[in-house]
Amino acid sequence: MTDPFKLWSYLSSEPLLWLWATLVAYWIGDFLFRASRRSPFANPVMIAVVILGTVLLMTHTPYERYFKGAQFVHFMLGPATVCLAVPLHANLPKVKRALLPIVAGLVVGSTTAIVSVLAIAKAMGAGPVLLASLAPKSVTAPVAIGISQQLGGEPSLTAALTIMTGMIGAIVVTPMLNVLGFRDWRARGLAVGVAAHGIGTARAFQVHETKGAFASIGMGMNAVLTAFLAPVILSLF
Amino acid sequence: MIPALSRILLFQLIGEILSRALMLPLPGPVLGMIFLLIALSASTRIQQIVRPVAQFILAHLSLLFVPAGVGIIAHLGELQAHGFGLALALVVSTMAAIIAGAAAFSVVAKLIGSVSDD
Repeated sequence: MTDPFKLWSYLSSEPLLWLWATLVAYWIGDFLFRASRRSPFANPVMIAVVILGTVLLMTHTPYERYFKGAQFVHFMLGPATVCLAVPLHANLPKVKRALLPIVAGLVVGSTTAIVSVLAIAKAMGAGPVLLASLAPKSVTAPVAIGISQQLGGEPSLTAALTIMTGMIGAIVVTPMLNVLGFRDWRARGLAVGVAAHGIGTARAFQVHETKGAFASIGMGMNAVLTAFLAPVILSLF
Repeated sequence: MIPALSRILLFQLIGEILSRALMLPLPGPVLGMIFLLIALSASTRIQQIVRPVAQFILAHLSLLFVPAGVGIIAHLGELQAHGFGLALALVVSTMAAIIAGAAAFSVVAKLIGSVSDD
């Protein structure tokens, strides 16, 4: 029999194992999500991240090695973003009729996201690099990283903060807006797309197609708006 | 499958090239989404080709965020150093932004009489 350490060093350094682990961890997350009757608190992304994070820490596997396998899944984010045009196209008549409310929700939601995170973080003693890394946290990860770089933040920290924001948004949106009595799917979708980018949008599609389409618009438009707003607002802090 | 994927990747490719060549603040995939939207409005054939594959990919959208999400553990030390303050900032800010956005949308929708039809 071969040396088990050799076998492990093969498995852990090749993409196959970590690609498989990513799919299985998500499968477990999705299973628990369905078993909980689609409870927002059993968010499949969060469950998969916790499982994989635990495995990587226990096996002392560096993130870079994990990512060699996971990059095949990660790559699909780009094509998936392009695909958002399909539900958007199906909802185009609804979008055209709601253009003014969309712009209002976008501007108010985006400004609130940036101002509030900077105000709270500064009050809690965050330094300039952390503030710059936090400012674009509601925007889809590739854009947030670009904005963070321009502002003097730390891009890879921004990526982590952005994903955390997305998971928080996906978890809180349904119970919170239910309690507050918002029933318009359009308003709910746009708000979560603006505040919690792609992960919020993925959650929106799980709930309702109209909500998902409006979340896609919120996410796409906020990517542009935050690129302009974040530097201006950060300069005030 | 293949005809749909080649078109989806083509739109992303055009988006990536334009985003870099013109140094636009929009990332390539978002530009690609806008171009595909225009193409869908112009041609029913593109709709038929792309729709089933797009729906399959979007049905598993959450999965695609897992690899980036695991990156949080690479920053665990830094995140723990800021611990409570950082968690508070992220949670409160995200909740505030959702409420503010939904409220602004609803107020303006009511003002102009734009009602949801579902």
